[in-house]
This record gives sequence, structure tokens and C-alpha cells, in this order.
Amino acid sequence: MSTYDRSMSLAGPPANIQWHQKLSILLGMFGLCIILLAGFNVEFPNRGLWLTTALTSIFAGTVWFSWDLYRGKYPGIKNDKVWFRSISNLGLGGWLLGIGITAFYIILYFYPEYLGLAKKGPNTGIIALFDPLSKMLSGNPASQWFVYGTLYTVGILAFGIKFMWKYRHNRYERIRTMSVMFFQTAFAFLIPEFMARLNGSSVLQGGSLPFLDLKNIWPLNYYNFESYRVKGFLSSGDIGFAMLIFAIASVFVITPFLTYKFGKRWYCSWVCGCGGLAETVGDSFRQLSDKSVRAWNIERWVVHSVVVFVTLMTTAVIYSYLGNDTSKYWLTKKTFLIGVGVLLTAVFALVMIFKRDEFKKDAKYGAIGYLIVILALIGFHFYSGDGHVFLFQSGTLRKSYSFLIGSIFSGVIGTGFYPILGNRGWCRFGCPMAAMMGFQQRLFSRFRITTNGGQCISCGNCSTYCEMGIDVRAYAQKGENIVRSSCVGCGICSAVCPRGVLKLENGPQKGRIDANQVLLGNDVDLMNLVNQK
Amino acid sequence: METIVIIGNGIAGVSAARHIRKLSDKRIIIVSAETDYFFSRTALMYVYMGHMKFEHIQPYENWFWEKNRIELVRGYVDHVDVANKKLLIDGSRALPYDNLVVATGSKPNKFGWPGQDLHGVQGLYSKQDLDLLEVNAPNKEVCKRAVIVGGGLIGIELAEMLRSRDIPVTFLVREKNFWNGVLPEGESKMINEHILEHHIDLRLATNLKEIVSDENGKVKSIIIAETGEELPCDMVGLTAGVTPNIDFLKDSGIELGRGVKVNRFLETSAKDVYAIGDCAEQHVAIGYRRPIEPVWYTGRMMCETLAQTLCGNRIEYKPGHWFNSAKFLDIEYQTYGWVFSERGRKDYEAQFHWRHPKEKICVTISFHNDTQQFLGINTFGIRMRHEVFDRWLTENRDMDYVIEHLIDANFDPEFYKHHEAAIVAQYNAEFNKQVKSRKKSLKRIFVSS
Repeated sequence: MSTYDRSMSLAGPPANIQWHQKLSILLGMFGLCIILLAGFNVEFPNRGLWLTTALTSIFAGTVWFSWDLYRGKYPGIKNDKVWFRSISNLGLGGWLLGIGITAFYIILYFYPEYLGLAKKGPNTGIIALFDPLSKMLSGNPASQWFVYGTLYTVGILAFGIKFMWKYRHNRYERIRTMSVMFFQTAFAFLIPEFMARLNGSSVLQGGSLPFLDLKNIWPLNYYNFESYRVKGFLSSGDIGFAMLIFAIASVFVITPFLTYKFGKRWYCSWVCGCGGLAETVGDSFRQLSDKSVRAWNIERWVVHSVVVFVTLMTTAVIYSYLGNDTSKYWLTKKTFLIGVGVLLTAVFALVMIFKRDEFKKDAKYGAIGYLIVILALIGFHFYSGDGHVFLFQSGTLRKSYSFLIGSIFSGVIGTGFYPILGNRGWCRFGCPMAAMMGFQQRLFSRFRITTNGGQCISCGNCSTYCEMGIDVRAYAQKGENIVRSSCVGCGICSAVCPRGVLKLENGPQKGRIDANQVLLGNDVDLMNLVNQK
Repeated sequence: METIVIIGNGIAGVSAARHIRKLSDKRIIIVSAETDYFFSRTALMYVYMGHMKFEHIQPYENWFWEKNRIELVRGYVDHVDVANKKLLIDGSRALPYDNLVVATGSKPNKFGWPGQDLHGVQGLYSKQDLDLLEVNAPNKEVCKRAVIVGGGLIGIELAEMLRSRDIPVTFLVREKNFWNGVLPEGESKMINEHILEHHIDLRLATNLKEIVSDENGKVKSIIIAETGEELPCDMVGLTAGVTPNIDFLKDSGIELGRGVKVNRFLETSAKDVYAIGDCAEQHVAIGYRRPIEPVWYTGRMMCETLAQTLCGNRIEYKPGHWFNSAKFLDIEYQTYGWVFSERGRKDYEAQFHWRHPKEKICVTISFHNDTQQFLGINTFGIRMRHEVFDRWLTENRDMDYVIEHLIDANFDPEFYKHHEAAIVAQYNAEFNKQVKSRKKSLKRIFVSS
């Protein structure tokens, strides 16, 4: 029969798909191999050319692979076989990849000499391979951070394209991804390099700016208000001063305002570099985040401890370089400490006055954190001697934060463990910026994920694909909106929902957290009866 | 203490247990032959497709049951002794009850086709069916072709599942367009096209004559009734609807029809025995609903009512406005109120149909011919807000109002392209009106909360 023959030919995919995929992987591997060979000190005659070849191959290989993966498929959810592949189901492939990335991070943070970083004289190895690009952008030789930044940007761009193809039916995802790609390329990568060219010039009145990614806000950027940086800003004329003001305004004005309007997603999944990497390169691992209540409890303790730690550390660092003499500079040690104390008390008081009903059990944790900070502040004042704060030197506090949180947590564990903890391990358990915005998102924001009446079928796609480990279904199947501090607003729960139940939106705060126990669709009198109680 | 025994741990049984626990301290026991823990039946397909593992489709963590003092018993109920208020489990254990809730769901229909019990022939309903599918159709090497019989929601899900493993699928649909006993023609036809886009060999207006066995009692091929054509295949999926799973009640004396007969209080003919979910059959259908409603949502809604009754506040089951949803491959479908297919159309029902010129998006709105009252909406590829349509149905809004405010009901993710302008334009042209689309208003949308 003719129809039967036709369907046979329609059924199988074209035979050359496999062939395409193999070639594209080979191309990407070729690019990586060039960089790896450079790492083993293979001398490349024309570094600029070889670097271009390497980066282009990696980029093109990834894009080709993705194009091949999604072409010819109807737009829609592409999660087939996710849990069958060892790389994305915590199998051997995932563990090997995790160990590989972790090793790279350990070398990057602690042994950059293996990447070819030279203390004196010209760079060698991988870093030397990146010298031509660095010189072109900033005029300086490359560092391990430049190598990292370049690879990071290439990763976000290539996998960003993959992500946009995967979700090509979803405009929220496409636009959001374009945004992270833009902010990574422009703000994290190019602008700081160009700014470095200005250092020493008359525009900056001869001063030199610290390396500054303008969108990298304290406390994520925990070192932004350290002595050398503030001096750098203040030495660089009006531009430097403006940047310092922008950095402060980012913390106290811009972030709270945008988080109120849109939830913390404006930053976490639209702007942030860590988020950008997680959403693009890390997208294949989002399903690995732990959704258990136990994990949620650990998350709350760990991430809020980091907030307390970073607040203490930053206060101590700033405290240590301020003077005591009001005639030299208006901001002295004493005024600064009082200022911090007043600010924290004000925030705490406001929350307790206006939001105590929504607080309940969490209030206890908040109070403990608050108490620790206040006690520490008093401690600073009475026990600090020369450079000492409390029992520690502020330098030691800063160093341990930088080592434990800045390097180990955000880098080694945060990214190295993508295939094990999921792609948002750092954002969920470690990022103090996410925690602070999350606090606001939960209490003072218009953002929520609306649950569509009674349409939920408890399938679990939303929870499974939530990278932050939120059990979205637990709310949706009760008809409750999802208002969780950890939600970064990536929109994937809404995308993977087969019944159109979830929608990220900004709306009036009244009725935002809506705990109707009887789902829409039932007897109106019954619903009223149950919800009165 | 009073003991409530619930047979079946699907959405109906489990929701009943949860709501009873919320209202009381009664002893609650759930008996299930299928699985240890509750899982979402509608999500079984995603396990086969690799979107989730089985544990992901269990909505509650395993500690949930003990914490809420809901006792779980794994076993098959053979007999219900309503006189002595006792169950017999697995032929041996007896379990006494004070109140019994039957929530045993459905089983796949079999219409007496020759060969329907061969190896390689199966339905898709239970966890066991899913496990069986892994045996019958693990990949395209073992299963070189699958044939699906029955063009409904489970049939198209099974087709999608098999296609995710590149298994060639032939889809036999009795009707002349997919699911057109429920969907109006324009929508049915759009889904036909979409099925073909997914490289599924769709055979419309085609019936199964028989399933042919090989020498080992395993399916070898099927024969099509209309043409006599023989199609070689390794697996046959029978998805021609479901029927209440109540065989174990046949000798219990409880009044049975196709399902367990219940009144509006969900009470059966036996004292202190109730039935909810797929297996319950209303003596008299409620509104336009069918007497048996094998739908996730109705299962859930019945138990909210039943929990009240069991906890001392006897109330009638009064479902609100009809709603439902499904997904056909990549196209999401939602419905609010009543939109009938050609087959079930009422004389007073008029319909307005809009379809996107290129994409697989369409909307059908039904309204009263004389009064212009809005009766219901089907949407494909556009998400709509349940709350808004529920409100409009309650307020008896007319067609012009709905068209004018359609944008308020849109539930698509942010930044999605809007189609309201095109819909309004076609409505105006077709009915010679001058309706203007309003601007989206958060105030109107969130009015009730």
C-alpha cells in the first residue's frame, strides 16, 4: 500500500544527522585542543591566528551541534531523553564532567602558573595564547582572569544561541537570553577592558580605575568597597566619582526599586553573569537541583549565613580603612558603624511592623541573623584595636571570605558541580545578593508566578525543571501562587507546563500570596465555606 | 476512632484523604494494588519520554504520609462485604471500615477485537502499563512499528511517547477527524495537520478488524477493517477510551451501572460506602456533564465535597463551570464552559472560530444565537486565565463583552505576540460589528483577589 511506504520514509530521521553531530563535536574539540596544547607549552607561531581559530571552532562547533539538534523539529519542549543520558542524570558522564570543570577551577583560582601566568616577564602557555586579544582590547597582556572571562563569554554566547533555538517558541526565554548575552559581552567583558585603556589619561585626571563590571553589584561583588578600589574611584576625577556613586546607588536604590517592580529576576536571570552562565551553559543540568524540603532547609541556613558573613566582612573592611578624625573626612569609623547599625535596625523594624504576619517562623531566623550582626558591630567598636576587629584582623576576615565564598563556593562548587548540584548551586546556596533580593521579593515586590485556577495536573515538570529546587508543583496543585524568595524568574516552569498553569507576572501586592485550599472549578458555596476558615 | 478506608491511591483517593485529614482526626487508610505511593497518572508519559524519572511524578515526598497519619496498604481488594463492613485484601487479609470510599479509577476499553489479549497488545493507564511499554517498545529496533487504535487523549499521548524514541507509529482513528466527537471541525483538522507534522501515520475513518498473532502468541500485524490491509507491527496500543475499574464490586450488592452508581452526595446504594473519581457514575448527569467523568479535575473536586460530608457537613456535589485541558504533541489545549462539536451541538449554539494564518493557534468561542450570551471557549496554542473565564461565565457576559476584554483573559508568558487584534477584526467582519479591543487592565484581572 502506498500510504504505508510513505509513512516509512517519513518515520526515520535523515541518516546524516549522526554524521553532522559527530563533525560538530570534533570541531569544538579541535578548538579546545588548541588551547590545551598551548597549556602544554606548544609554541604556536602566530598566536592571534591560532587563538581566533580555537575560539571560532569552539563557538561554531557548539552552534552547529545545537542547530543540528533542533532543526527539523517542531517548536516546543525539548526534554526528550534528558534522564536517559549519563551526562544529565547524575551518571558517570556527569561526574566526569563535574570533576573536569572542578579541576579547571582549582587551577584557575589557586595555580594560575599552570595556565602560564608569569610573575616576571612575558606569559607562557594558555595565557600567552590570549595575549594578542587582551592587548587589542585593553593594551595589556592577558591574565588568568582574562582567559577565564573570554571563555566565559564565548560559552554564554554559543550556548545562549543553543538555548534560544531550544526555546524558539517562547519569546520570554529568547529575549531574556539576548539580555544575558548582551550584559556578559558588553558589561562584563568589553567595557572593563576598554576602561583599562583610560587609566592614567587626562579623562580620569591621571587616576586609574579598578577593574569594574558595572552590573556586578555588592554583595555579589564583595570587594567593591575595599580601600584600593575606593581610592581608585576617588582618584579618577568625575568619572571615577560617578562610578562610585553608581556602585552605591546600585545597592541602595536601583536594586530595591527594580526588585520591587519586577522581582529579583531583573538581575538573576536577565543581567547577572553567574546567572547568565547557569542559564546557558548550565541549562542541561537544571533538573538536577534537589527539591526536597530538607534541601530547602539547608539552603535557607547556608545562604543567609553568607549574607551575615558578607555584611560583617564588608563592614569590617571599610571600618578598618576609615579614620577617626572628622576634620579630614566626614565619614569616620564611628559614624560609619552607627550608620550601618541604624540602617539594619530600620530594615528590621520596617519588616516587623508591616510584614510580621507573613513572617512567622522565618522571623526567628531573621532575628538571629540581625542579632549577630548588631552584636558584632558593638564588638567592632569595643574590641578593635589597630587593624583588629573583634578577635580577627579585618584582613583575615576578608581573606577567608574571598577564599571560602568567592573562590571555593561561587567558582569551584558553584560551577564545577553543575552536573551534580544543578546549574544554580551557587545562586541557591551561596549568593548573598540573591538572598537579599529574595528577602525583598518575598515581602516587598509585585512579582509572583500566578497559578491558573484549577488547571494543574500535578505532573511535576515545573518542579523537576526548576533550577532553584523550588517544588513549584506543591503550590500549583493547591491553586496557590508561587512567591518564593529563591525564585530567579527564569520562566522555565511556565514553559514546560503542559497545561498552561503558570505565568510569571507583576501585579498588585494585594492578594499576591493567595492560599485558596479549594481549587477553582468547584462549587462556589463550598469554596467560600472552606476559605472562610 | 472512626476508620475511613479508601480504595485507590489516585488523585481522587489521595485528595479525599488529604481533605479529610485537614478537617478531622479520623483514621485514614488507603489501599492500592498499583503502587506504594501516589503518582500523577497524567504524567506517566513523561517518564517514558525521559523528561522525568518516576519519583518526580510523585507529588509528595515519602515522609508525607506518615507525617499526616495516612496509612498506606499495598494490596488488591477482592471483595467488599457491605453487611459486615469489611474488605478482603489479596484473598486473605480482612480490613474493617466505618466508611468506605471507592476511588479505583478506570481501565482501558477493549471492544472484543480478535487478538486483543496477545503479547505486545496493551493499553496505557497504569504504572504496570508503563512498565509493559518498556518491554513491548523499548526502542525502534525491538519495536519496528507500533499501531495505536483509538483517537483520543491517551492515543495521541502514546503516539508522542513512541515518537520520542523514533518508533514509527500508525494511528488508527475511527472518526473522520481527530477527536471530533469533542472538538469542532476546525480544531480537529488543525490537530490532524499537527499529527502529520510529527511524522505519525494518521489513518482517519479507519477501524481495526483484528490483531494477528505470530507462532509465539505475540502480535505480528493488524488488519484494517475498511481496506483489509495488513500492517506488520510489534506493538499495538489500545486507547479507545476507558471504563470504570469496578469488577471487584460485582458480587458486593452495591448498585452498579457502567460505574458505581452514586447520588449527588456521592453516596452509593450501600450505607457508608461512597464512590468518587473516574469510577463514580451519577444517576442523573449534572448539567451537560457526562454521568461518568474520567477527568483529573473532577476526581479532585469530588473529594473536596466528600471530605465535608464525611466530616459531618453533608453537602451535595455541585461542580462549577466546566473546564479542561490537554496537550496534543506541541499544542496546548484549554477549554472553559461548553463548546460542542458538530455531533453534540445544541440548536441555540453559534460558534465563532479564528485560526492563525500560519501558526497552529486557534480559538473557538460559542455563544447563544438569540441572546448572544457567552457559553464557552476552546483555545489551542494560547493560554487563558481560568479565573477570568470562570467569572465571565458566572456573570453571564455576552459575546461583545468577551471579545472586547479578551486580552484580560490572556495567560501566555510575557512578551508573547498577542492575537487579540486579529481576533477582534475577524469577529467584526464576520458579524458586522464595531467592537474595539480594550487595553489590558490589572485592576479588572485581579478584581476578586
